[in-house]
Amino acid sequence: MTDLLSRHSFVELGARQRARALLDSGTFRELIDPFQRVMSPWLSRQGVVPQADDGVVIAKGSIAGLPVVIAAIEGNFQGGSLGEVGGAKIAGALELAAEDNRKGIETRAVLLLETGGVRLQEANLGLAAIADIHAAIVDLRQYQPVIGVVAGSVGCFGGMSIAAGLCSYLVVTREARLGLNGPQVIEQEAGLEEYDSRDRPFIWSLTGGEQRFNSGLADRYVADDVAQLQQTVTALLQQGVPAQQRSRQAEHYLARLNELDASPHIDAATVRALYQGERS
Amino acid sequence: MRGLQWFNALSAGPAAVAGLPASLKVADGMLGGQPVRFIAVVTDPDNRFPRARTGEVGLLEGWGLAKAVDDAIARGDQRPIIAIVDVPSQAYGRREEALGIHQALAAAADSYARARLAGHPVIALLVGKAMSGAFLAHGYQANRLIALRDPGVMVHAMGKASAARVTLRSVEELEALAASVPPMAYDIESFASLGLLWETLSVSQIEQPTADDVARVGDCLLKAIRDVDGRDLSGRLGASNRAASSHVRQLLREQW
Amino acid sequence: METLSFEFPAGQPPKGRALVGCVGSGDLEVLLEPGTPGTLSIQVQTSVNGAQLRWQHLFERIFQQPTPPALNIEIHDFGATPGVVRLRLEQGFEEIGHD
Repeated sequence: MTDLLSRHSFVELGARQRARALLDSGTFRELIDPFQRVMSPWLSRQGVVPQADDGVVIAKGSIAGLPVVIAAIEGNFQGGSLGEVGGAKIAGALELAAEDNRKGIETRAVLLLETGGVRLQEANLGLAAIADIHAAIVDLRQYQPVIGVVAGSVGCFGGMSIAAGLCSYLVVTREARLGLNGPQVIEQEAGLEEYDSRDRPFIWSLTGGEQRFNSGLADRYVADDVAQLQQTVTALLQQGVPAQQRSRQAEHYLARLNELDASPHIDAATVRALYQGERS
Repeated sequence: MRGLQWFNALSAGPAAVAGLPASLKVADGMLGGQPVRFIAVVTDPDNRFPRARTGEVGLLEGWGLAKAVDDAIARGDQRPIIAIVDVPSQAYGRREEALGIHQALAAAADSYARARLAGHPVIALLVGKAMSGAFLAHGYQANRLIALRDPGVMVHAMGKASAARVTLRSVEELEALAASVPPMAYDIESFASLGLLWETLSVSQIEQPTADDVARVGDCLLKAIRDVDGRDLSGRLGASNRAASSHVRQLLREQW
Repeated sequence: METLSFEFPAGQPPKGRALVGCVGSGDLEVLLEPGTPGTLSIQVQTSVNGAQLRWQHLFERIFQQPTPPALNIEIHDFGATPGVVRLRLEQGFEEIGHD
C-alpha cells in the first residue's frame, strides 16, 4: 500500500509535464514552444481545431548530467497522431542531435511515444515525416542511444510503432500497447473473426506492454511511476549504445518464424515461447 | 503483378540471396556497367501467413527485406539498391500483430537506411501502390523516389474505406476533401506536389513494359543513381506544399 | 469549426504568460499573454458551431468582477463545458499570478 501511495503516475501527465519530469530539475528548455504558434497548416482548413504545439513537445536539457533532447507526443490531441509540423519537430530534433554528435557534442534522444501514427487529415505529409523520423533514428543511433518510452494510455501504433522498433532501447509499462495496426483498422480490413477490436483482454494479451517485454520485443518493463521511469531511462542512457539492435536480427527472427506452425491462430504464450524459448 | 513484371524486365540472373520467402524477388542486374541490386515484394498465394498472400508486406517480408539489403551492404561495394514498389499494404492480421510485425518492418527500414548511410545509392521505383507501413518498409528510405505516371500508382497512409471509418467521414466526403487538400489525395500528381518525388515519368505499357519502356526507366534509374550526392533525405524538402517541414527545421536550428 | 472574438475592459497587463489545458475531447487549450493596457481580448477557435452567445455570457460572468488584467487570450476548444472553460481560465490566471 505504501508503495502504491508513494507512486506518481507518469501516464496521467501531459506531454510537456512528462518531458519536464524526466529531465534534471531546472534544465528543461522547450524549442518552438506553443507561444510561437507553429501550428498545422492543414487542420483548420478542414474544420479541425488545431493545438498551439501541434501535439509535440521538443525539449532540451540533461538527464544525470548527460545532454538530451526529448520529443514527447501529446496523446490527448488527435490521438497523438503525427501531422506535418509535429512530425517535422521530431525528425528535425533527431537530425540536429545526430549533427551534434558529428561535431563532438554527445546529444542523446528520448522519444515519449503516445500515438496512433499518421494523422489522416495530413496523410501523406504525416507518412513522409515518419519516414524522416525513421531515417533520423537510424542515423543518431550510430552515436548515442535513442530511447523509446511507451507509457500509455494511447499506446504506439502505425508508422511510429516502426520507429519504436528502431529505438536502441524500448521501455514499456503495463498500460502500454504496441502494434503496427490499430485494432479497428485490422477489423475493418480483415474482418471480425480475424480481430475483434472490442475484445480488450484479447488485444492486451497480444500487444500489451507486459507481453511485448516477455516476448523480447521491449527491453524494460516498469511500473507507471515517474521515479521508476526516470531511473530506468537514466540507466539506459548511461549504458550507451546496445551491442546488438533488435531491428538488426533478421536471421534470428526468420529462423524463429520458420519454426512456427502458422496455420492455426496463435496466442500470447506461443509468441513468448517462440521468441524467448526457455526464458519465458 | 506490376512489381514482378518490372522486376523481371529490369533484373537478370539468378536469385542473389538464398533463404528468402517466395514473396521476395531479389536479384542483381547491370545498369550503366555496374552491378545493381533489385528488390521487389510480390504475391505468393502459398505464403504461410494468409494475410500476406497478395503482395502485402508482412512478417517474413519485413525480416526478409532486411536480410536482402544487409547482404548487399555486406558485399562492401556500395552497389546501388533499387526497390521496385508495388505494395498494396502491410499485412493486417492477428498473427502479424502478435508476432510483432512492427519489428519486422522496422528491420526493413533499418537496413535500407543503413545502406543509404553506408553510401549505397538507394532508389525507389514506384510502379503500383505504395501504401503506408508497406512503403515505409520498402522504398521510403531511398535517396531518390521515382514514380511512373499512372492512375494505379498511388501513395497513401491508409486505404479509403479504413480512412473514412477512422476519420468518421463517408468515402465520398473523403474524396471531396482530398481534391482540395493535396496530402490527403491518392493520386500521384498530388503526391508529386509535396516535393517528395525526384522524378515522374510516363511509360506506354505499365502492366507489360515494352523494351522501350524498360530502356527509358533504366536510363532514369541511372540518372537518379548518379544524382545521389548525400546520404540523408534532405533532397525531399523544399516544395511549397511542404513548406512547414522546412520552416520547423529552420526554427529548431535557430533555437537549438 | 468557428472562430470568435471578444473584448472586455481590463486593467494593466501582467508580466508573465501561461498555457493550460489541451485540445482533447471535452477540454480546451488556453494561451494567456500580456495585452494592451485597458483591454482583454479573447480569440476562440471552437469545434462547436453556433455558440457565440454562450461564450459571450460565460465571459461576461467571469470578467465582470473584479476587473481582469489586460491579456490576449487564445482558446482552442474541443467541446469543453462552461465549467471546464471556467476552470481552465482560473488555472491560467493563477499561473500568471505566480510569476
